Parts: sequence; C-alpha cells; structure tokens
Amino acid sequence: MIRPHDSIIVQTLGRFLVPVVQIFGLYVLFFGQYGPGGGFVGGVILGTGMILSVLIFGHSGSRGQIAKKVLHADGVGMLIYAGVGGLCMIGGGEFLNYANLEIPGLETASRRSLGIVLTQIGVAIDVAVTAVSIVFSLSAEEVIEDSINV
Amino acid sequence: MSLARAGAIMVKDLMSAVLLLGSYSFFLSLVWASQGAVDVAFVEAVVGAGLATVLFLLTLFGTAPKDTRLQRPPPSLITLIIFPLLGVLLLYAAKDLPGFGDPNSPASLHISPTYLEQSYQDTLTPNVVTSVLMDYRSLDTMIETVVIFTAGIACALLLRRQA
Repeated sequence: MIRPHDSIIVQTLGRFLVPVVQIFGLYVLFFGQYGPGGGFVGGVILGTGMILSVLIFGHSGSRGQIAKKVLHADGVGMLIYAGVGGLCMIGGGEFLNYANLEIPGLETASRRSLGIVLTQIGVAIDVAVTAVSIVFSLSAEEVIEDSINV
Repeated sequence: MSLARAGAIMVKDLMSAVLLLGSYSFFLSLVWASQGAVDVAFVEAVVGAGLATVLFLLTLFGTAPKDTRLQRPPPSLITLIIFPLLGVLLLYAAKDLPGFGDPNSPASLHISPTYLEQSYQDTLTPNVVTSVLMDYRSLDTMIETVVIFTAGIACALLLRRQA
C-alpha cells in the first residue's frame, strides 16, 4: 500500500505536475502524425501521469481511486484496435485496411488518416492501463503485510 | 555512456544500479536523437529512463532490504575466453555492414523509397514513421499491442496475491 507523501512540496508540485503530464501525453498521442510520438509513447506518458499521482497521493487518495477505476478498462484498447480492423472488413476490404472504413464524405487518404488516429487511441489506452496495472500489482503485495500486522 | 553502463553492472548496491541504468537509457536516447531517429529516442527516454526506472524501484521497495546487496560469483575461464572472441567476431562482421545513410544499401533500396514518396498521398500523415507503423504495418502493431496486453495480465495474475 502506497501512502500519501508527507512533504507539502511534493504534494503541491504533484498537484501541479500531474495535469501537465496528462495533457502532454494527449498532445503526443494526437500529434504523432505530425511529429515524433504516437500511440505507444502517448499511452506511456498518460500511464506515467497516473502512476505519479498514485505515488504522491497514495492508493486511497481520490486520484488513486481514479487510477483503480481505469484498471477496469483493461482490454478496451485492444477492442478498439481490433474493432477498427473489423469495421474495415465490414466495409468490404482487408483486415485493418483503413481505406475501407465506411464514413461518408471522406477521401480515401483522410479515411486512412482517421484509421491511424483511432488505432493509436487503442494502443494508448492499452499501454496506459497496462503500465498502471503493473504498478498496482507490484505495490499490492504490501497490502497483505499491512493487513497481517494489523 | 559506456561509463554508466559499466557502472550499472559493476556497482554492488541495487538502488544505484537502477539509477545508473536510467541515466544510461537517457544517454542512449540522446544518441538516437543525434542519429535522426527521433521517434525511437522519444520511446527510449519515456520508457527506458522513466517507466522502467519506476518499475525497478517499486520492485526494490517490494523486496526485503537484505536482498539489495548482490553476491556475484567471479566469471569462469570459459566466459573470459568465449566473450572476447565473440566481440572480435562481431566487430569483424560489422566491417561488412553498409555505411550509415548509404543510399545503395539494401535497406534503402527495397521498399523504403515507396514509403517515403507515397505515404503522404496515401495517408495524409506527414510523419512517415507513424504511417508505416500504424498503416502499412498495422497488423504488426496490433500483435505488439496484444503482447503488451498479455504482459499486463500476466503481471496482474502472478504478482497480485489477494484473491
């Protein structure tokens, strides 16, 4: 069990830093098409922001509870990715051939661009949830020791 | 950089080894960036220097304090003979590799020009790395995501003791 950090400097800085990290993660995720970055890095940064909040405010803080709720999204990222592939097959093409996404009023190239964005969101969700879940499983062991001692 | 790497192997205290490994990842990302591979540098900095360090530290805090000192047996004679030989062999083979940025190397002749010329018309994505990763090689990336997903599930199943 990770307890909230005592130092007020760490608390204040964390309260300021966590949203900045999250917004930077979203920026990296959605600007992966125009600069360096992409779904994987964006997801890792989003997950790291949640890990940071858990490390500073502890498991029982409100942000830790949010991170715990996020764990239920395990597999949603995979579902989005494979779902986009399935939609392409429904549109009459190969698996993950974004040109067959059935969206009216879009050129073939912008369909593929949209497909890239959607799959990147899928990768980001999957990676972020995995990072948070590994941290939770690594730090969950101490919970049992605490409960034994009490 | 090799100083940090040697330090991470040689140092006895596991905590300083983890921190040295993080700084090594950071220097490695600077090397990638100077070679022009900005995407790889980004991933190396975020994952190697950031996330992996946090996971190592959490593992250290989770284990008992007496485990943080390492007992390492001295390397055997066979290791001392085989590994320098292997290094010499690899250096000998590296002489035949094409030079960095050589336009006539096999890697830049086969399909890379097509990607570089066509990717913007095909996908409206200025970053060629992203378009190759997420569009032309999308199935690869999907299975990589499956691997990460599986790793997360395996960690949760193995490490979480409470039912």
